[in-house]
Amino acid sequence: MTAETAPAPVDRPGAIVRQRRISLGDPLLAWAVRILSWIALAAILVMLIDTAINSGKLLEHESVLDFLTGTVWQPASVVYGALPFVYGTVVTSLLALLLAVPLALGAALLVNEYLPRRVASPLAYGIELLAAVPSVVYGFWGILVLVPFLRPIQQAIAASPLGTIPIFGGPVAGPSYLAAGVILAIMILPIVTSVARDAMNATPRLQREGALALGATHWETIRHVVLPFARGGILAGVILGLSRAIGETIAVLFVIGNQPQINASIFAPGYSLPSVIASEFAEANQPFHPEALIALGVVLFALSFAVNVAARRVVGRFEAKAGGADVR
Amino acid sequence: MNSRTQRRPLLTFAVAISALLAACNGAGSPSPSATAVPSVAGSVAPSVNPVDLTQVPPKPAYSGAITADGATFPQPVYEQWAQDYAAETGIQISYTGGGSGQGVKDFIANIVQFAGSDAPLKDTEKADAESKNGSPALHIPTVFGAIVMAYNVGGISKPINFSPEVIGKIFTGQIKNWNDPAIAADNAGISFPNLAITVAHRSDGSGTTNAFTTYLCKVSTDWKAKVNPCSGKEVSWPVGLGGKGNAGVSTTITGTPGALGYIELSYAMQNNVPFGNVKNLTGNWITPSLESTAAAAQFPTIPDSLTFDASNTSVADGYPITTATWILMYQQQDKVNPDEKQADAVVHFLIWALDKGGTDANTLGYATLPDALKTAALNRIATITYNGVPIVNALYK
Repeated sequence: MTAETAPAPVDRPGAIVRQRRISLGDPLLAWAVRILSWIALAAILVMLIDTAINSGKLLEHESVLDFLTGTVWQPASVVYGALPFVYGTVVTSLLALLLAVPLALGAALLVNEYLPRRVASPLAYGIELLAAVPSVVYGFWGILVLVPFLRPIQQAIAASPLGTIPIFGGPVAGPSYLAAGVILAIMILPIVTSVARDAMNATPRLQREGALALGATHWETIRHVVLPFARGGILAGVILGLSRAIGETIAVLFVIGNQPQINASIFAPGYSLPSVIASEFAEANQPFHPEALIALGVVLFALSFAVNVAARRVVGRFEAKAGGADVR
Repeated sequence: MNSRTQRRPLLTFAVAISALLAACNGAGSPSPSATAVPSVAGSVAPSVNPVDLTQVPPKPAYSGAITADGATFPQPVYEQWAQDYAAETGIQISYTGGGSGQGVKDFIANIVQFAGSDAPLKDTEKADAESKNGSPALHIPTVFGAIVMAYNVGGISKPINFSPEVIGKIFTGQIKNWNDPAIAADNAGISFPNLAITVAHRSDGSGTTNAFTTYLCKVSTDWKAKVNPCSGKEVSWPVGLGGKGNAGVSTTITGTPGALGYIELSYAMQNNVPFGNVKNLTGNWITPSLESTAAAAQFPTIPDSLTFDASNTSVADGYPITTATWILMYQQQDKVNPDEKQADAVVHFLIWALDKGGTDANTLGYATLPDALKTAALNRIATITYNGVPIVNALYK
């Protein structure tokens, strides 16, 4: 009897207390979270509106279209065209993806699927450590080590028959789109790798075992189970890396050569959106120069925003597909 | 803790002095001319001057901080001055190297006690500053600096000679290789390698660029034909790689075989970047140095505005790519600074810098003002007033 009645009083007040807590804490928390998230959203909006307004004065000087499609950037003659920087940002970011994604996927597969744990963990840790290196250090390393290292390679390619293809054309000075792309690739490697690994790790064990039980080899399991399952996650990692590459400022400033031009050759120097802002803003005293730089900031904002939106859509579609195929 | 206990007596002292000064002002303002330095420095005869400006006055009763912003070109020497000045007087000066452009903006907005600029105020800027703040704006020259042609060409034991025409042709991309006969013609005894020239220039707007391109405008018809406008803090470079700051350009130079760029003498000296000689107006090959920079600063006549262009000097042993840098300050400090003690301290610092800052400047690779110019600058400082009374009167009391 005592044993039966004793838990009941303990249980009941407990239940009541819990209910009361819920009735008080829940809406409070809900509101707090709501307000905080609105603050975050408001901050983004204020930033966007503010930069847009600040750059608005540029419209007195040239139209949005002229600005976006202009290929000449000469503050000295009050001519502002954004295209060389958009081009530089896009080319270096794509080069970075081209170099980093295969490496990152390879590393993720190696660490997750092939290496024994005691070798895999230090390797994974090492790759993640790349994310801890400050970007200015990447910049230093880039100009002091990477550019001198790449110069003869670029020169050799430009002098070879390949050099007749415009994208590998000379002359080669050293700092270039390619150098910036390589630096960015190293910088985004950790994030792409770790997101890809997490996505691969999330493959249900039963599916893997099912595939193996059906007689699939290790590679076939990866090919037909792990990769399709992780596709959305991998893509999310790639997009995160792309966002980082687009916004990277200081490391690119060191190695891209800082010439506002559009050049087909990846061995030629160029310029990127964030690095021109960082480089020129302090001494921007030509008419409309500060406004033009702020407008470049808006373009950069729009570019990252577009990449993010596209990413969400693509990831969403893959997830829906994976969900549909997934018969659990 | 220590500094606080030190400041207390100073503060009471400051209060006492300011009360005294207020009394003085009330009594003395109808006829300030009896003791004051006349307000136009250009017309000051040294004998009339009641104070010896070559002696730094006793340290002012101020214990706060002074903020300034502007040119990065003189930033190393201004920072060194600030450090030594603080050690001597306890007055902190924080000079932010936001660039000449930022310095001018902050000066016009009157959010700094003084500003640094490598280029004199443009007429529009001067008018803007003076109408917004109700006081004439003064240019006080502080130091001279040289801009050197720094390069990375291996296996050359003596400095390369650069004629103005060759510099212009290289920076417009008409001379592309070190083995160009035009370079060899000025450099007997040097055999140049077959090596492409990579031009390195500043990617940020800079007083250094302004000084260098102002010089190119004067001496190179190629440059003038190809680049328009041909001078400024930033120009449209026909060729080359951009680097941010002296450091960015010199890293590009040292990291790129065949590179040629322009950097400040002080920076090249401290970082052991090799640099060449430049032919000046009189046809002499001049090695950039403190002496040749100082020689270029010898003007036959000093303009009353104290603004001048020091490049392409006609002095026989002067280095041609030379520039001055200025401190900007308002003449009527009561219009811009509610804190009279602080205004006193700024004036005190300027006198200190011109009188005692020479060693710091030379160590860092800047040339000091020649005597005549220094006297003119000090006399100009003596025209800075508070409520109509020259601040030096209070300082030298």
